[in-house]
Amino acid sequence: MHETTGTKVFRVVTITLLSIFTIIPIYVMVISGMKPLADVQGDFSWWPSTLTLQPYVDMWKTVPLADYFVNSVIVSSCATILSLVIAIFASYAISRYKFRGRSLFSGTVLSTQMLPGVLFLLPLFLIFVNINTNFGVQLVGTRIGLIITYLTFSLPFSIWMLAGYFDGIPRELDEAAKVDGCGPMRALIRVILPAARPGLVAVAIYSFMTSWGEVLFASVMTTDANRTLAVGLQLYSTQTNVYWNQIMAASVVVSIPIVVGFLLLQKNFVAGLTAGAVK
Amino acid sequence: MVTGIWMSFLKLTKMFIANWGNAPFVGLKNYEVALDFNSAVGLGLLKSFGITAAFTVLVVGISWGLGMAAAVALQKTFRGRAIFRTLFLIPYALPMYAGVIAWKFMLQKDSGALNHLLFDNLGLPGDKPFWLIGDTAFIAVVIVAIWRLWPFAFLMLMAGLQSVPTDVYEASAVDGAKPLRQWWSITLPLLRPVNMVLVLVMFLWTFNDFNTPFVLFGGSQPPAGDLISFHIYNASFLTWNFGSGAAMSVLLLLFLLVVSGIYLLFMNRRKDRA
Repeated sequence: MHETTGTKVFRVVTITLLSIFTIIPIYVMVISGMKPLADVQGDFSWWPSTLTLQPYVDMWKTVPLADYFVNSVIVSSCATILSLVIAIFASYAISRYKFRGRSLFSGTVLSTQMLPGVLFLLPLFLIFVNINTNFGVQLVGTRIGLIITYLTFSLPFSIWMLAGYFDGIPRELDEAAKVDGCGPMRALIRVILPAARPGLVAVAIYSFMTSWGEVLFASVMTTDANRTLAVGLQLYSTQTNVYWNQIMAASVVVSIPIVVGFLLLQKNFVAGLTAGAVK
Repeated sequence: MVTGIWMSFLKLTKMFIANWGNAPFVGLKNYEVALDFNSAVGLGLLKSFGITAAFTVLVVGISWGLGMAAAVALQKTFRGRAIFRTLFLIPYALPMYAGVIAWKFMLQKDSGALNHLLFDNLGLPGDKPFWLIGDTAFIAVVIVAIWRLWPFAFLMLMAGLQSVPTDVYEASAVDGAKPLRQWWSITLPLLRPVNMVLVLVMFLWTFNDFNTPFVLFGGSQPPAGDLISFHIYNASFLTWNFGSGAAMSVLLLLFLLVVSGIYLLFMNRRKDRA
C-alpha cells in the first residue's frame, strides 16, 4: 500500500522517541551494574571508567540475595499454581453453569480491581495477627502468609480473564465430550483445558508477575525469614553507603527470568488478555 | 474486605492491635475527622486526593496517547517491527521495583543520568534540581509511572488493532481519506471496546498506585508526591491509627466505585444509541 511522507515521518519519529524513552533506564541499569563503586557515587557518566563484573559477585554478600531469591521463587510459584487451579474451576463454573448469584459473583470479582491495596492490607494483617494469637499459626513472617496474600491478589483478575477465555470456547466441545461418555470433570481436563492454553498461560504469567513484583504487602508481612526480592533490593542502601552498582546488578539478575519468560510467552498473554477483556 | 469496612468504624489504635475485637466503636468519628477539611488529617487527605487526581489524569492520558501512537506506528509490517514491539514491552515485563529503582538512580542529583543528560550533555542553563525532593518530585513520579504504564496501553491497543481488517483502510484510501481521517473514523471507533476496558483499568490502577511512590521516594515522600495510597499507608502505619486509615480507604473505594459506575453507565448508554 502506498505510504505518504506524513505517515512515514510520524512513524519514524514515534518509534525513535519511544525507543529512547524505553531504552535509557534499561541501559543505565545494565551499565551501572558493571561500574566500580566510585563511578556510581560521583558524577554520572555514560560509560564506566573500568568495566567490571565485580558488583555481580559482591551483591550476594552485601545482602543475602540468594535466600530472598529462593523465597521469591517459592512464594511466586505456589501462588501461581494455586491461583491457576482455583481460577480454572471458578471460571469454568461462571462460564458454563447458571447458578444463583452468578452475576453477583462475577461483579464482585471485577470490583476488587477497584480496591486500594491498603484497604486489604490492614484487615489481612490484623486477621493474621489474630489467627496467630488464637490458633498459634504463624502467618506474618512466613511464606504461607505471603502465598495466601498474593492469592487474594491475583485470583480475581485471573478468574475474570479466564472466564472470558472459556466463553470463547464453543459449548459444542463440552457436549461432544459428554456424548463420548466424559463426566464434567473429565471434559474440563481432557477437552477444555487444552483448548484454553493461551488463556491459562496468560493467567499464569499475570499471577507470577504480580507476586514477583509486589512491594506493599511484602514490606509489611515479611521478616528476615521470608523476605522476598522486592524488599531485599531496598537493603543495599545502608547508613554509610548506597551500593548503586550492586543494586543495579541485582535488578538485572531479578529481571532476567521474568522478562525472558514474558517475552517468550507474550503471544499467549496478548491472546488471553484480549479474550478476557473484550467481550 | 468487610473487616476493613468494619474497622473504619472503630477507634483502632495501637492499644487494641492484639485484640481488636475489643476496640471501642466510634461510629462515623473516623470519617468525620477524615472529611473535616479544617483539621490537619482532613486537609492532608484532601491535598493528597488533589495530587492523585492530577497524577492520574496525566499518567493515564499520556500513557494512552503514547500507547496509541506506538500501536498505530507499528500497525503496518516493516523490517524490524518485531524488535520494536518486544522492546516496548520490556518496561511492562520488568518487575516493578527493578524499573522504579533504576529510575530512582537516574533521578539522583549529581550521580543521576537525567541531570547529566539535561545539563551536561544538552547544556541546559541553571542548577541541577533535586528530582526526588520538593515540587519536582511530582514530575518525577509522573514520568516514572508513565514509563511503567504505557506499554500496557500499547499491548492492549496493538492486540485490538490486529482485529481491524486492512481492506477497510484500502477502501477508504480509494475514497480519498487521509491517514488522520482514517484513524479518527475507522481505527478509533473499532477500538472502542478495547478502549473502554483499557481506560477504566488504567484509571483504577493509577489512582491506587502505591508501589511507584513507595519505591521511588522510600520512607519519606515529598509533599508534592504524596499519592493517596501512600498517604493512607503512612496515616496507618506511622501513627498506628488503623481505624482512621481504614476509613480513608473506604472513602477512596466509594469514590472509585462511583466514578467507575458513572463511567460504565455513560459508556453503555452511548453504545446502545450507536
